Amino acid sequence: MVWHADSEIPDVDLIVLPGGFAYGDYLRSGAMAALSNAMRDVIDKAQKGVTVLGICNGFQVLTESRLLPGALMRNAGLKFTCRGVGLEVNETQSVFTRKYDHGQRVVFPVANGEGNYYADDETLDRLEGEGRVVFRYADGENPNGSVRNIAGILNEKRNVLGLMPHPERVVDPLLGGTDGRAMFESLLEGLG
Amino acid sequence: MKARVFVTLKTGVLDPQGKAIGHALNGLGFRTVGEVRQGKVIDLDLAEKNETAARASLREMCEKLLANTVIEKYEIELKP
Repeated sequence: MVWHADSEIPDVDLIVLPGGFAYGDYLRSGAMAALSNAMRDVIDKAQKGVTVLGICNGFQVLTESRLLPGALMRNAGLKFTCRGVGLEVNETQSVFTRKYDHGQRVVFPVANGEGNYYADDETLDRLEGEGRVVFRYADGENPNGSVRNIAGILNEKRNVLGLMPHPERVVDPLLGGTDGRAMFESLLEGLG
Repeated sequence: MKARVFVTLKTGVLDPQGKAIGHALNGLGFRTVGEVRQGKVIDLDLAEKNETAARASLREMCEKLLANTVIEKYEIELKP
């Protein structure tokens, strides 16, 4: 764990920006956190190729810090949505998803009020063309109005992943599911 | 110098809050209300005396923090 005021992240194989709320999510979700001391080094390390995973609020921080394109807006239905949603693993050529099968259907919980992914058409075409849309909400499952059903994306170098649903909440039968395990097994294998 | 910054969603970006407000106004009987867009107003006190310098620093504030230019646009108003 790194304190937000710390200016240095230790040498690690993986940096995870978890979900939650940061700085009360004032102004916009993730906007203040993106400017914190700790994030300066996260941005630096991400640009040098360190693997970074941002989940939920972590994804919002990654878009606000411009490590990932686009923005996360208020859910189209205006409600905070907290439930399991069906997703498709769209891309397995990544250190995050190599242990999944292409097109595999998984259920991860979402828990957000501002998970509505938006980017302009040019950016979206580029993300799709470069195989950077890693997770999509399955047909009829989109919980927040995200454009083109996008739930998670990679940066250009493919070392930074941001996603709104929570794979870490489904890693043990006791938690109600194990669909998220393969992400952490992928990371262990890929970074080990 | 006092400044007021308006941050609003870019044209074409869906505004579900604005839509909900529009529905509520229609429900109250304001039948003439068409599209509604919601934004933010931020008031700031600035030490700058010079208008050009104030505008320049406000623009930088907007680009760096006050607006997310992926989805939002901003307008600056100065009140000497």
